[in-house]
Amino acid sequence: MPRELTQNRIQKIWIPSKDDKPSMPRTSHGGPHLANPPTVIVMVGLPARGKTYISRKLTRYLNWIGIPTKVFNVGEYRREAVKHYSSYDFFKSDNEDAVKIRQQCALAALRDVKTYLTEEEGQVAVFDATNTTRERRDMILEFGSVNGFKIFFIESVCDDPNVIACNILEVKVSCPDYQDCNKTDAMEDFKKRIECYRMNYQPLDPDQYDKNLSFIKVIDVGRRFLVNRIQDHIQSRIVYYLMNIHVQPRSIYLCRHGESQHNLQGRLGGDSGLSTRGRKFAGALAKFVKEQNLKDLKVWTSQLRRSIQTAEALNVPYEQWKALNEIDGGVCEEMTYEEVRERFPDEFALRDQDKYYYRYPSGESYQDLVQRVEPVIMELERQENVLVICHQAVMRCLLAYFLDKSADEMPYLKCPLHTVLKLTPVAYGCKVESISLNVEAVNTHRDRPDDVKRGPSTLIRRNSVTPLTSPEPNKKPRIEGLDDTIIREVTPTQLTLCTASHTTLALSTQNLKKCSIECHEPPQLCL
Amino acid sequence: MTNCPTLIVTVGLPARGKTYISKKLTRYLNWIDVPTKEFNVGQYRRECVKIYKSFEFFRPDNEEGLKIRKQCALAALNDVRQFLTDEGGQVAVFDATNTTRERRETILRFAEQNGFKVFFVESVCEDPDVIAENIVQVKLGCPDYTHCNTEDAVADFMKRIKCYENSYQPLDEELDRDLSFIKIIDVGRRYLVNRVQDHIQSRIVYYLMNIHITPRSIYLCRHGESDLNIKGRIGGDSGLSARGKEFAKALGQFIQSQNIRDLKVWTSQMKRTIQTAEALGVPYEQWKALNEIDAGVCEELMYEEIQQKYPLEFALRDQDKYRYRYPKGESYEDLVQRLEPVIMELERQENVLVICHQAVMRCLLAYFLDKTAEELPYLKCALHTVLKLTPMAYGCKVESVCLNVDAVNTHRDRPSVRFTNTHPLSMSFLTVLLHRRHPLNSSVNM
Repeated sequence: MPRELTQNRIQKIWIPSKDDKPSMPRTSHGGPHLANPPTVIVMVGLPARGKTYISRKLTRYLNWIGIPTKVFNVGEYRREAVKHYSSYDFFKSDNEDAVKIRQQCALAALRDVKTYLTEEEGQVAVFDATNTTRERRDMILEFGSVNGFKIFFIESVCDDPNVIACNILEVKVSCPDYQDCNKTDAMEDFKKRIECYRMNYQPLDPDQYDKNLSFIKVIDVGRRFLVNRIQDHIQSRIVYYLMNIHVQPRSIYLCRHGESQHNLQGRLGGDSGLSTRGRKFAGALAKFVKEQNLKDLKVWTSQLRRSIQTAEALNVPYEQWKALNEIDGGVCEEMTYEEVRERFPDEFALRDQDKYYYRYPSGESYQDLVQRVEPVIMELERQENVLVICHQAVMRCLLAYFLDKSADEMPYLKCPLHTVLKLTPVAYGCKVESISLNVEAVNTHRDRPDDVKRGPSTLIRRNSVTPLTSPEPNKKPRIEGLDDTIIREVTPTQLTLCTASHTTLALSTQNLKKCSIECHEPPQLCL
Repeated sequence: MTNCPTLIVTVGLPARGKTYISKKLTRYLNWIDVPTKEFNVGQYRRECVKIYKSFEFFRPDNEEGLKIRKQCALAALNDVRQFLTDEGGQVAVFDATNTTRERRETILRFAEQNGFKVFFVESVCEDPDVIAENIVQVKLGCPDYTHCNTEDAVADFMKRIKCYENSYQPLDEELDRDLSFIKIIDVGRRYLVNRVQDHIQSRIVYYLMNIHITPRSIYLCRHGESDLNIKGRIGGDSGLSARGKEFAKALGQFIQSQNIRDLKVWTSQMKRTIQTAEALGVPYEQWKALNEIDAGVCEELMYEEIQQKYPLEFALRDQDKYRYRYPKGESYEDLVQRLEPVIMELERQENVLVICHQAVMRCLLAYFLDKTAEELPYLKCALHTVLKLTPMAYGCKVESVCLNVDAVNTHRDRPSVRFTNTHPLSMSFLTVLLHRRHPLNSSVNM
């Protein structure tokens, strides 16, 4: 007897109901079931080959598309265990005490991996360490086999001295290990550190020893890739992502269309044209873009009139993406918030309850938006300088990706009209500059209501698209046999550079002024 | 996507799947709206040398043979140039062995002269089983061997391969390090990807890394007849009618009888497909991407009502049904873009049943059966009928299984006569009349 269906009130998803209690159905995030089994991504490579950069970027991407992922950086465990780094001698292969500590750190990290994947609903764990010997990798494979985890290796191979020197300057020289050193000394010491590993380095061997493993070898920062035995959807997506990212310096500019007629009336959605002030903004934007003096700027808009009109004022070629259209308000399209509250009071309340998952009747949710906008993100990764002229909800989605914001935060990110956000990748994250172009506009932002009653969660979370902020790395080492003496608190490592959730991203100023959001020193993550 | 046209060049010994890859890739690129065409040098050779005698033609010391083969390659390249420069082509697939560096140099020079980007796709395989299977599947039936028995054909073909082996210079990581290419090893077990230049090459690589040749079948069907179907209304999110429920049950039985290994079942997020899947009693997965085309302002209207309320829109749709976008809704063209991840995942999967909707099913079908944008919106996808697609040789076998449960007919034919100087309104009006008169459209009361 086929079960009756009810429609989940927030997400508008049809699920079979038994006794009016919605059971857990399966929803898709654009891929098949990833429920079983979890995956451990294992980084491989000499120091300064971009392993941590890849780990964190990949983790950010996977979390954004709704796959709970976390990085486990063994270097951090080592810094917890060994309070003060003295020199590269620690990494010499004949330094028995150090070898022991390093081994224990790796094991502690693996224990945490296991906890994350088996008890904390993690789906992917990224084990970020050199893992340069077969012995270490065999140990990890054994660990995977025992626990029923899939293992996927990502090896970064690079011998270009310029790239390596650049890496060392960007992220090593300023890391905690070298806080008491000057740059030259730090660089020298780090190079000797690399040498300690090089002697015992056994790269992945696709022809013989490692021919049955699943891995991707990234050679010379993406010039070449060797891909072996992709097992499933998630590995295929990971490979596609890795093949599209690059490290060329560039900036991404995000802004909304100029103020529109509907904005003036407080109406949502629709396809109206620019207001007078909106047109003024478009002119100001053109001037701003010229001043930036960019090489080869690509301009993208949605297929809605207001964003196209804005681009038109720039007098440069632009590309229209339907995927950048504003969130579909369904039956609420073109209504004011007051009208929505009157005509659909329940819907209005439900949306405030869970703005990320809430789908307008016959419309979309932020969750749907993330899925829709994913190809845009992929292409943004491929490109260099791009200006994206889009809409409030869409811009929040894109921003959440670049700044590693969770599903909870995403619908409340501040993206005011007439303000350009300039994002520049730096070290492991993204620098954000907010530039108001000094043209007045209405404020379309609604804060999270304080009195929102969070009802019992009837939300379908498993396998749904739920951006998560990449989790904080574990601090406490679980290393038996080591001194449990007082551990000096290390400055919490931020996984993103601009995360303080109380920091508003939009600053409207009187004058056209660049307001740099604080840019923390690159997080101190090295091996 | 790219301003510079792209020339894809296959590389590999005979029976390594080059033509299979060429055709499949061409089909995919055309479906995502990148005008692509394949140029198979073997066909040019067959035009030139009417009757194939034996492998001797391919011997490296057969000067006459070499001359002809080179001319054929040049003729094909000439047609490539025409396609990419004069005919609006975006990608040309040059399908030949191209096993020597010399031949590849010629092609690179040609591309440079014409401003084409070059991307090599090499297939390397030494597994004798795979090669034997390829020969059986596509070589035995080819025109070269029509008058041969199987044994002789196989023997001859193996000798043909030998002719190429000695002079084969595979793409090399070092020597060819400045070229853009993907080397596919052992039917996708391993890939070597070098210097991907742009978006289209990145998409091609992703596609090639997701396809496989494991035998399987894809079942496509629509939801059971819905309440809105009966009323002759489009879109909406209604539930199944009584006959629709009957179909769902019949579908369950059909699936059982097929005894399919590890069948995955996918539905949209609309009630009618989910209700259909529920009757199967197996786990299923909901994809929003499989939702029916959004008819915007026309949602839940009948064709007659649309014709009354929006006569111009109605007529415009008939003029170009593929690109026509409903006001505040979608077009078939939008659908294809939305469905691309579904196609990609279908390529990765094995046995799958997709329970979807009329317009969506037409898009998926057009991909598998290589239908053009012109044909796509008029493909027949009747209610209560399952299409079983089984990849075979270079294409797809289709079996249509009607589950014998009555349903309304929701199909509207292409207006049969197109008078360019007649007002579009009158032609569309005719199709509505025809649609209404069709016996199967009679309302429930009849």
